Amino acid sequence: MIFSYYPGCTLKNKAQDLDRYARRSAEALGITLSELDEWQCCGGAYPMAANETGVRLSSVRALMAARERGQALVTLCSACHNVIKQTNYDIVRDATFSERANNYMAPEEYHGETQVYHYLELLRDVVGFEELSKKVKNPLTGKKVGAYYGCLLLRPSKALQMDNPENPKIMEDFLRAIGAEPVVYPYRNECCGGYVTLEDRALAAKKSGNVLASAADTGAELLVTACPLCLYNLTKTTSADQKLPVLYFTELLAEALGVKD
Amino acid sequence: MQRIGVFVCWCGSNIAGTVDVEAVAEALSHEPGVVHAANYQYMCSEAGQNLIKDAIREHNLTGIVVCSCSPRMHEATFRKTAAAAGLNPYMVEIANIREQCSWIHKDKATGTEKAIILGRAAIAKVTLNAPLIAGESPVTKRALVIGGGIAGIQTALDIAEAGFEVDIVEKQPTIGGKMTQIDKTFPTLDCAACILTPKMVDCAQNEKIDILSYSEVTDVKGFVGNFHVKIKKKARYVDETKCTGCGLCTEKCPVKAVPNEFNLGMDNRRAVYIPFAQAVPKVATIDPNHCNMLKNGKCGLCAKLCTAGAIDYKQQDEIIEREYGAIVVATGYNPIKLDNYDEFAYSQSPDVVTSLEFERLTNAAGPTNGTLLRPSDGKHPHTIVFVQCVGSRDTSGCGKEYCSKICCMYTAKHAMLTREKYPDTDVYVFYIDVRTPGKNFDEFYRRAVEEYGVHYIKGMVGKVAPQSDGKLMVQASDLISNEQLHIEADMVVLAAAIEPDKSARPLATMLTASMDTNDFFTEAHPKLRPVESPTAGIFLSGACQGPKDIPETVSQASAAAAKVIGLLAKDKLTCNPCVAHSDELMCNGCSSCEKVCPYGAITYLDKEFRMPNRTTAIRRVASVNEAVCQGCGACTVACPSGAMDLKGFSNSQIMAEVDAICKMK
Repeated sequence: MIFSYYPGCTLKNKAQDLDRYARRSAEALGITLSELDEWQCCGGAYPMAANETGVRLSSVRALMAARERGQALVTLCSACHNVIKQTNYDIVRDATFSERANNYMAPEEYHGETQVYHYLELLRDVVGFEELSKKVKNPLTGKKVGAYYGCLLLRPSKALQMDNPENPKIMEDFLRAIGAEPVVYPYRNECCGGYVTLEDRALAAKKSGNVLASAADTGAELLVTACPLCLYNLTKTTSADQKLPVLYFTELLAEALGVKD
Repeated sequence: MQRIGVFVCWCGSNIAGTVDVEAVAEALSHEPGVVHAANYQYMCSEAGQNLIKDAIREHNLTGIVVCSCSPRMHEATFRKTAAAAGLNPYMVEIANIREQCSWIHKDKATGTEKAIILGRAAIAKVTLNAPLIAGESPVTKRALVIGGGIAGIQTALDIAEAGFEVDIVEKQPTIGGKMTQIDKTFPTLDCAACILTPKMVDCAQNEKIDILSYSEVTDVKGFVGNFHVKIKKKARYVDETKCTGCGLCTEKCPVKAVPNEFNLGMDNRRAVYIPFAQAVPKVATIDPNHCNMLKNGKCGLCAKLCTAGAIDYKQQDEIIEREYGAIVVATGYNPIKLDNYDEFAYSQSPDVVTSLEFERLTNAAGPTNGTLLRPSDGKHPHTIVFVQCVGSRDTSGCGKEYCSKICCMYTAKHAMLTREKYPDTDVYVFYIDVRTPGKNFDEFYRRAVEEYGVHYIKGMVGKVAPQSDGKLMVQASDLISNEQLHIEADMVVLAAAIEPDKSARPLATMLTASMDTNDFFTEAHPKLRPVESPTAGIFLSGACQGPKDIPETVSQASAAAAKVIGLLAKDKLTCNPCVAHSDELMCNGCSSCEKVCPYGAITYLDKEFRMPNRTTAIRRVASVNEAVCQGCGACTVACPSGAMDLKGFSNSQIMAEVDAICKMK
């Protein structure tokens, strides 16, 4: 199966692990991720806050490019995923946005035809967690792993339609599929501090610290995330005594599938 | 030729504000057939009605058009006025230029133009009106109350008190409803059971009242005064006439781990059970989903033990058919499911409970015998956080947009009682607004704050996080001091929104009673007819119509009973003469009308007709039972040959209205 793939800018530099292990794992699972040609930055999470049309056009272009190829579009970075899926949602439901965006795209038009999957959804809905567990070569048996969702992966749930944002289970189910023991801790869907880290590092450190403390208190040895910014805040802003290893979920996937190295 | 009078009402400024009433009267005075046109400030007032009466006499009018409010408001008024002046009441037409015109337009020119068009349509219709004479139908002097909570109980007692027979249909094994689960009642703090159970017993002992417990209404036919209802009496596998309620079976039954609904699943009951000690009827019920004997034929212990010989494993559901003159809906409410509110960790921690569960935890007949203990470890909680508006006033789509009305008061009650009984407990209440209108309500809330030292904090809880030490970390905002709060609580109590019982929607369909988008029954008029459904003969009692506390429910229950008594006291009801009739010469007996008639008013007759050349032929033709027909008009639309027509709303009248509206002037 071939899917169009939108890695996003961070996956090309800071978050290369997220990208690399995702590609290797997909291959092991019989899925071809075909990177879109000349994709442009999704704009981070800012376009959603500013509610402007211009800054969301790159997402519209990515969605159109996947439609041209007749493929569904796979995203991985939480922020890219959030912006692209919301854009796909709004273009169907928000008449003003749809009209403005399509004015830019003329003579072509886009009306939400492309199906967007987050990589986790790809595992759940296309591969299937049960199928995935059969392909695991090195099960992470006994490893107590906490899933860290952050804010962008599931919210707003009406647009993203991925999982219950208050009590999610997609990452826990994923962890179970690769043999690990998921640890459900209360702060798994609380904010890491996000972009506040640029403005008020201490506040971000506090927010991330709460997440690590809650995970450690509940018995997690390791956290996984899908978001480069979460990983940054959890590992770089927190104090040394609070450190808990934080990895991209794709790294554990690659390890379980035996394609890490 | 008809002589028509037109009367344009100002309705103070309600109509005159956006419609030039004088211009409307002037324009309509030139319509064909109109011999008189007038306008007046309040046409429904005595002076206004006299103006109409005088005009009818003076101008010898044969039909009148009143341009005013909705016919639902004053059609009956003006029909009476016409009748008083010697005109047939069905020679009156209303042009609704208020709800359908002045209230929805801002521009006076547009409003005036539309009012003229609506008036013209009414004139075109009244020109074709024919005098109609209303018939009469008898009244079955028995009432049905659906739902046996405090609302249904009060309604039934009041109807029985007036000497009429009344049946209560209750789907649970006992009457009593939600009030049986409540510990104390605000604002007087008297015990709910102490004031409710005597009323339950009164119902059982009143010979005018028949309690059909463990039963559901499955079908309703007929109309006001003459309802025909099918009631399914579910098999309880115990003969009600023999069971003495001794409770021996409920003690010895070997199936012990069935979640007890009465205590909201916080403890267990047996497969054969009596919901609680004061149940009415006090009769055991066997739960077929858990009884070994009913599931796989192995056991039969209760039958062996029962000295009364009441156990009957072969009992079947039974359908009871009865006739009623009036039906009262008292189906009540339920707290919403909290699936959409996982931020409060309700599904993750047993120490996060709903307010109704908290009632059971403080009730002497509850799972902890009235001692407040944490469900997780049975220890005494020292810090309790109450969260209000969980699912109420929620515009996010997760809950309900309306205020559930009762939560502010019961939360104040819970907080106060906790502080009184356990002074070492810290109690916090998070609220959006505290709403305590009601007699002695605000004083009650002030007492909780001022005398009992409950910490009321304006702000919402964002998250409840269970910790490894068993505590609940409550994360909240204090909107007044603009602070983020973190409270380590032992228990969290959620004031879940309330919603109508799930059985209400299918019941409304059976009764053709209207509901709002939240599935609350709609009243005939929100101010002036608050306990009647727009469907004649259907009355509303209690929370099925909107969130209500006990005092308000009881008032409404008695009000509904008064309306029922007023109806049942009549020997005959005036029928609506606007009913269908079939032109036998055009009818081809195809049965289309019979199939669509919701009231079963159409039958077929074989009639002899004269044919050409002195021959005769027998033809099958439709015949309408005018006492049963409700004038809905479905048959007139279904009839392919145009034989079926509705008196007062004939096809030609409707078309004349449409023509008048479309005519360019």
